[in-house]
Amino acid sequence: MGLETIEERKQLVEEVLSVYPEKTKKKRAKHLGVFDESQIQKGECSVKSNIKSIPGVMTIRGCAYAGSKGVVWGPIKDMIHISHGPVGCGQYSWASRRNYYIGMTGVDTFVTMQFTSDFQERDIVFGGDKKLEKIIDEIQQLFPLNKGITIQSECPIGLIGDDIEAVSKKKSKEYNGKTIVPVRCEGFRGVSQSLGHHIANDTIRDWVFPQADQREFQGTPYDVAIIGDYNIGGDAWSSRILLEEMGLRVVAQWSGDGTLSELMNTPKVKLNILHCYRSMNYISRHMEEKYGIPWVEYNFFGPTKIEESLRRIASHFDDRIKEGAEKVIAKYRPMADRVIERYRPRLEGKTVMLFVGGLRPRHVIGAYEDLGMNVIGTGYEFGHNDDYQRTAHYVKEGTVIYDDVTGYEFEKFVEKMQPDLVGSGIKEKYVFQKMGVPFRQMHSWDYSGPYHGYDGFAVFARDMDMAINNPVWKMAKAPWREGKTGME
Amino acid sequence: MRQIAFYGKGGIGKSTTSQNTLAALAEMGQKILIVGCDPKSDSTRLILHSKAQNTVLGLAAAAGSVEDLELEDVMKSGYRGIRCVESGGPEPGVGCAGRGVITSINFLEENGAYDGVDYVSYDVLGDVVCGGFAMPIRENKAQEIYIVMSGEMMAMYAANNISKGILKYANSGGVRLGGLVCNERQTDKELELAEALAKKLGTTLIHFVPRDNVVQHAELRRMTVIEYAPESKQAEEYRTLARKIHANSGKGVIPTPITMDELEDLLMEHGIMKKVDESIVGKSIAEETAAVH
Repeated sequence: MGLETIEERKQLVEEVLSVYPEKTKKKRAKHLGVFDESQIQKGECSVKSNIKSIPGVMTIRGCAYAGSKGVVWGPIKDMIHISHGPVGCGQYSWASRRNYYIGMTGVDTFVTMQFTSDFQERDIVFGGDKKLEKIIDEIQQLFPLNKGITIQSECPIGLIGDDIEAVSKKKSKEYNGKTIVPVRCEGFRGVSQSLGHHIANDTIRDWVFPQADQREFQGTPYDVAIIGDYNIGGDAWSSRILLEEMGLRVVAQWSGDGTLSELMNTPKVKLNILHCYRSMNYISRHMEEKYGIPWVEYNFFGPTKIEESLRRIASHFDDRIKEGAEKVIAKYRPMADRVIERYRPRLEGKTVMLFVGGLRPRHVIGAYEDLGMNVIGTGYEFGHNDDYQRTAHYVKEGTVIYDDVTGYEFEKFVEKMQPDLVGSGIKEKYVFQKMGVPFRQMHSWDYSGPYHGYDGFAVFARDMDMAINNPVWKMAKAPWREGKTGME
Repeated sequence: MRQIAFYGKGGIGKSTTSQNTLAALAEMGQKILIVGCDPKSDSTRLILHSKAQNTVLGLAAAAGSVEDLELEDVMKSGYRGIRCVESGGPEPGVGCAGRGVITSINFLEENGAYDGVDYVSYDVLGDVVCGGFAMPIRENKAQEIYIVMSGEMMAMYAANNISKGILKYANSGGVRLGGLVCNERQTDKELELAEALAKKLGTTLIHFVPRDNVVQHAELRRMTVIEYAPESKQAEEYRTLARKIHANSGKGVIPTPITMDELEDLLMEHGIMKKVDESIVGKSIAEETAAVH
């Protein structure tokens, strides 16, 4: 492993910055840092964030449409989400992000299907409202069991000024008050997918909750909603069972394997439990203000954080639930111990560098630590200041922090710091594997999962071992490293 | 082939002036193509004697896409063989008319609408509100722009704005300001003002077209004055303008647009506008009364 000391790592940051032109260097310097004593005392990772990426660098970010269609709305399974605009955005967001769901696709659930208005020149020039109306009519005819429709705006919709709100209202009236949600998530808005999350949250507030307020709901004192779990590889399911076993009633999943009806249930719950803070803190705060529902953040990666989180969630309820939490902890501890017993010796002391979105750059750190591993670098694609504040509670001194890392910076950091594992996305995967560095996709769980909950931890531990200790790395030999193998 | 365009404030008489001038050019034996770039589609009615011809975009929308169209579908022939095309566009308030102009012009070029003509004339919406309406002044399109204006302040303001647009594209695309055409409104000192503005913009007043009711009489019959009353004095005015434009080839200039303040100074110089008393700006009657006491 390279560059152990804080000083060495600070030097590395300087070195990386030194290749940039003066203006770029000045800007990027604010996004890079090494977590040190002074920041520990302030309790924050003080890097700049949520600022426009610099032209010319390779950024890993997405757009507002990706944030709304791909993250927040897409997984709601019994609604049909129209990619409104030219076909490309729809094609590339087809089939969602491995948001698992139960249902008969094409009959009552639609997540992996793709609906697009496929804009042509004519629709740009003459406007696409009429076409949108026709699509809604066709959806009603072809998929009568859909519970609602959302209109996910691609860039041109905002440029030509189509009135998708008017179409939504008109069609909703025509179809007996059907939920039809116009989402102004045009890709050019904001600096990353983050604004898309916010816009999508706001549309639930404005177009779903007013209808929800009219509905009857038989509540219990133990009703909770899982907020910000997208059920990647079944994450929400392995989380939900723990909550149910401790005595809570989960009445909604936002939005992995979720339904419109569940969204409407949520303003009636006793507690919102929030996993992905970044993408759904907005709606949680709104429900706190409007309906007085408290919300609590939790972390279901790795047994240490799971136990902490179960107790934190239970602290909002009576003794029955508190006891329930202890029972759940006691029940699963032997299993978690066995996982650790098996994998920790194989992973002890291994180092990890992460670059992901949402909550994972900090949330998964505990799971790695449960396996004896150290995260030596982490950063967010689209985090805000409050994410970096929260990160301070997770990272150790000397961790390199990189916000909206550029392709060049990430490669250089990994090359010099020589981690045993890199965790990031599909665009990064092959770059690092070709450098001979083990890699796991930490957006899609590399087609594995779940990673949440106790069940997820077992899968997580196995996958990390599989990546790092794969014998293939011993066979990778670069011609310029004669006599050496792999990462030696 | 020369490509020219007529720009100017909405309602100033661009279409009337351009069609009469082009009719006069046709009389001189020039082969002409008119490309209407206004969603109102009224750039060719005096030549074709029809209310509105089928537009490129209208037919494209009906057929599916612009690729489904044939040139014959959209190009009509009118007075003295003048070819006419209307770009068309969406109804007000929807879609993107600017994109429509770009689509139409590309279609016409690709399908050989410009083959064998001496003049292509673009008649464009009053304000250059977006990139689409600037299409005719962009690279390899109109070489000279003629701005139709009058002695009214807003018309002069628009003329100055259009000059800014020309300046923007002058270096990259080679477009030039051909000159101003004053369409008389009988405002005070109109000729003097038009000449002064032309001077400020670094160009000339190509022609001062006097007001004459025969223009209205011709319009009622959906005709140009050249065709309706070829012997009239007004027809001669348009012929003069046509000759001047014909002789103006290659004499366009890069305009020197002025600031709003300079424009106001110009109006004050000619006594059209009074000097603004800065102490009364933004004060209501009540405030003024209070200030006196």
